[in-house]
Amino acid sequence: MTITLLAPTGLPLIAALTYATAGWRARSTAWVGVVTSTLLAADALTVAATVTRRGPVHTAGGLIRADALSAWMLLGVATVALLACWASPAYLAAGHTSASRARWYGVLLHLFIAAMTAAVLAGNLGILWVTVEATTIVTAFLVGHHRTRTALEAAWKYVVICSAAIAIAFLGLVLLYYAARHTGLTGEQALNWVTLTGHAHQLDPAVTRIAIGLAVIGFGAKAGLIPLHAWLPDAHSQAPAPVSALMSGVLLPVALYAVLRVKAIADPALGAGYLRTVLLIMALATLAVAALLLIGQRDYKRMLAYSSMEHMGLIALAAAIGSQLAIAGLLLHMAGHGLAKTVAFLGSGHILHRHISSRITDVRALAARMPLLAGLFGLAILALLGFPPAALFASELGIARAGADGGLIWATAAAFTLMVVAFAAITAHTGRMLLGPPPVPETVTAEASDPPAAFTLTAAMPLIAGLLGVAALGITLGPFTDLLHAAASIVAAS
Amino acid sequence: MTQTPYPLAMDLAAGLFLLSAIGVLWRQQLSAMIRLLGLQGAALAGIVAILGVHQHSLELILVAVGVGVLRAAALPWLARRALGDSPAEARETRPVVNVATSLLAAAALTLLAYAVTRPLVALAPSPATTILPAAVAVVLIGFFTLVTRRRALSQVVGFLLLDNGITATAFLATAGVPLIVELGVSFDLLLVVLVLQVLTTRLRTAFGSSDLDELRELHD
Repeated sequence: MTITLLAPTGLPLIAALTYATAGWRARSTAWVGVVTSTLLAADALTVAATVTRRGPVHTAGGLIRADALSAWMLLGVATVALLACWASPAYLAAGHTSASRARWYGVLLHLFIAAMTAAVLAGNLGILWVTVEATTIVTAFLVGHHRTRTALEAAWKYVVICSAAIAIAFLGLVLLYYAARHTGLTGEQALNWVTLTGHAHQLDPAVTRIAIGLAVIGFGAKAGLIPLHAWLPDAHSQAPAPVSALMSGVLLPVALYAVLRVKAIADPALGAGYLRTVLLIMALATLAVAALLLIGQRDYKRMLAYSSMEHMGLIALAAAIGSQLAIAGLLLHMAGHGLAKTVAFLGSGHILHRHISSRITDVRALAARMPLLAGLFGLAILALLGFPPAALFASELGIARAGADGGLIWATAAAFTLMVVAFAAITAHTGRMLLGPPPVPETVTAEASDPPAAFTLTAAMPLIAGLLGVAALGITLGPFTDLLHAAASIVAAS
Repeated sequence: MTQTPYPLAMDLAAGLFLLSAIGVLWRQQLSAMIRLLGLQGAALAGIVAILGVHQHSLELILVAVGVGVLRAAALPWLARRALGDSPAEARETRPVVNVATSLLAAAALTLLAYAVTRPLVALAPSPATTILPAAVAVVLIGFFTLVTRRRALSQVVGFLLLDNGITATAFLATAGVPLIVELGVSFDLLLVVLVLQVLTTRLRTAFGSSDLDELRELHD
């Protein structure tokens, strides 16, 4: 079992090492990442099967541990990583990137994936913290990949805000450790969440309350929740498309996964009420900000970024509800949003290559000019809006029902009203991009005569695969049903 | 009543730790801010060393040496390198909040720190935990510096203050988190500062200065 638990971090590290030594070559090494992430996905399936059959497994003295929740997250990370790696060769080939930047891209992208798999397999809050912080460090230069003024500005904001936020989360963990040591736990046990959850009722409530509040605000910032969310639209809109896909599709859920782990300790220690209030405020405020800023949005990559905030707000709401149904809906929503947002960001990358500008008004009548790309982008947006058969339809329905059952009718109603506002805004913006009269040929300037490559079926394959995945998840969970329920019961209030 | 040397030494080190943070708010010369940061790193190493001597723990004394090397020497050195050789940039010219108000805010934040840390001290009163408020005050002052300063480098200094405060909290409350976590945290911190240093250089190339007022192309 040890090897299957080490492989998720080891495989991306091997890929990173390959790019560091051999560089990024379009015909050979560019595909190494695809191979390692395919193996990673296979390994994630093995872990999921083992965990479903035998329950939690661990290695390295409990520092690395997989239960159903970790396995579910690992599957999500592996799937989106595979799509992002698959789309990367086409992205870099179209982007006129220099050899050294492509090499760095390969190294950092795979270090990023390694940090996320390590985060979801950490058995210890300290290790989880270190790996989440590591994602900030490795993605900083990925956000600044294009080295334009806007990209550097986004990278700076990203590093400063996220590092400060995650430092606040660390202060929370330190205080939690302090409270845990006073229940008689040894140093090694006091950050391990299995023992922490077991001893949660002994924790000093006053100290734990401060600790949990700080940890949730810190990790929540990394998940794009209010109050420290300002980095998100900048970073997600400036990063290269496959990186945006990973950041939005899985990094935000990984940060929220940390919040869920903290919640599993907080609820027995403090009662469900405390964290529910904190999360409800964060969820509704995030949804409100995202919905309002979506209305007047002029940039389609920022539109996708705010849509991520909107979905994270809904996920935080589900965490606040906290019943088995709500948490199951939350986990399904994470998976569905991860896949659909990946396709949308990859699509936006292709659109950006062909229009140079990321302004919504500069893209018109895409459906008439590039039907395949427009169709895939449109379908991804429809999935994000929650149309069936996308998984997001099922999960949103589940969360709404759980909210009504859990006595949070007003909060749920307010949240879904804000979702409707966001829905209308995104529909209007996307409609403007895809439909409408084709631009008058005279407006095409002579400099833009370097004709961009056609959007081939090969380039479209990762997008099609992602859309099929999100639809399949919405129709049936198949063999993953047991895993999802086991994962939900780890966090859900019994 | 005579005081034993241990609480006295602790109080002195903590006083120096807090005062150097307030000094950062007071001075506008970036090089002076970095010197104060180094002083604070030394005070932090002192706190850890005093704890180590008191608990007869060789491990803690070794950790204190590590903390001293990282926070009193390596990080200030990196920050100074980020400063480069551009004297025109060496001042925090237009902080969002002026110096006098900043100092008043520091006083208020220190009071706030005493108020919020009461349950922490009450859980296990000892000479080490009684100075927890000073550590938390440094965290708050660091955060304040981070949000009110406009120079890229002052923000880095603010971030490091914040982190020094958190590390001090960890040592004072629990004699440090497990070694593997502490190592990971220190390594991450070093990398963050390296990343920020490289970004400052690139920002200066792209914008001609690292005044974050120039950073306003991205907004809604």
